[in-house]
This record gives sequence, structure tokens and C-alpha cells, in this order.
Amino acid sequence: MAKKKLAIIASRGTLDWAYPPLILASTAAALDYEVRIFFTLYGLKLLEKKLDLRVSSLGNPAMRTSLPIMMRTLPGMEMLTTQIMKGKMKKKGVVDVEELRGLCIEAEVQMIACQMTIDLFEFKRTNLIDHAKSGGAATFLEFAGMSDVNLFM
Amino acid sequence: MDEFDEELDTSGLTCPMPILKAKKAISSLLAGQILRVIATDPGSLKDFQAFAKQTGHELLEAREDNQIFYYLLKKREP
Repeated sequence: MAKKKLAIIASRGTLDWAYPPLILASTAAALDYEVRIFFTLYGLKLLEKKLDLRVSSLGNPAMRTSLPIMMRTLPGMEMLTTQIMKGKMKKKGVVDVEELRGLCIEAEVQMIACQMTIDLFEFKRTNLIDHAKSGGAATFLEFAGMSDVNLFM
Repeated sequence: MDEFDEELDTSGLTCPMPILKAKKAISSLLAGQILRVIATDPGSLKDFQAFAKQTGHELLEAREDNQIFYYLLKKREP
């Protein structure tokens, strides 16, 4: 039986949004899917060797917090929100992003770093994990066109 | 007492870890051998059924006892 294929575009680089593409990719690989993720725009942050992912309550009205909007703009609030989120995740047994990314790599999830974004945001190729190969839209579409599931995140 | 060849305890871990760890653990077994998985993630009940259906490993048993879930997976023939 031919392997099923999952193609994901990961475009976000916050701590919370790091999870959906990595959870689905690692799980699909465990279910014998062939998986590729195209990291574009802020998604490229997920490929940095040293992960520095944050989450902010600013511009994120769905996040449950009792803080008034003005308070959310204060310096250090992003750091605080990130710490609170990380603490909560640890307590609830949510896997660490870096560990999850490692499991994806181990499961042979292919990762493509958007070349245009690397140039645009002046990412250093040496700061990205070696597992990621750079490529463009056509590289991704070649696989996406044959995939059973295509997701944009 | 259930009979099994290997046991994996995923207590306290959330999605997707029980499935990822089960996948790894079952990879090291021989065909026909049985893996027992313990989980506390309530979502694992449906996840392990889907895992078995998709991978071809047989889910011999899935039961809950006092919010702890027990699964018996029999490794498929290659």
C-alpha cells in the first residue's frame, strides 16, 4: 500500500502556534504518513537551532487573561505571558517544542525552509537546524500536489 | 492479569506523546508480540483506535479503570 502523504505550511512563529504543525507532523509520521512541512514567514523561527519562542496576550483576545489592554502593552509582559504559558504546559504534561521537533526529525519528517523568507528576514542559514533544506514554492508544491492532506497554519 | 511482552507507561503525558512513544515501543517488538500502554490522556482512547486502524497493529483491548487507560497492541506482520 502506498504511503499516505501530509503536506503542511507553517507560517507562524509563536510558542502556541509551534505546536499544531509539529504535533500533526509527528503523529502522521507515527501513522506511517510521509510528511513534509514548508516553513515560511514567521514559521522559520521554528527551525532555529536555538529556539526562542514567545507568546503574547497583545492582539490575542482569545487568550484568557484578566489584564486590561493597556497593561498588556507594558514592557516585559510578553516575557511574563510566555513564562506563565510554559509553566502551564509543563504542569499539564505538554511536550517541549524542541523535543517535539526532535521527534519529527527522528521520524523523518522533511522540513523545507522558505528561501525567500531566509533572504527577506536575513536569517543566517547556519542558525537553522541542518535537517531543514531550503526551497521555494515549486519545491513544496511538487509534494503538496501528490498529498492526501494539505494544511496551512 | 493481562499478558504482554513490553510495557509503556505514558501517565501524565498529553497528545501526541502517548502515540509517539507507543509507535517507538512497538517498533522494537517482533511481529505478534504485545505491547501494553498505560495512559492518563482521555483523548488517547480514540487516538489508539485510529492508530491501530491506520498502522495495522491490532488493538486487542482498550479499557478505562478509574481514569487510567490500558491498551494492548499486537504488532502486525511485516
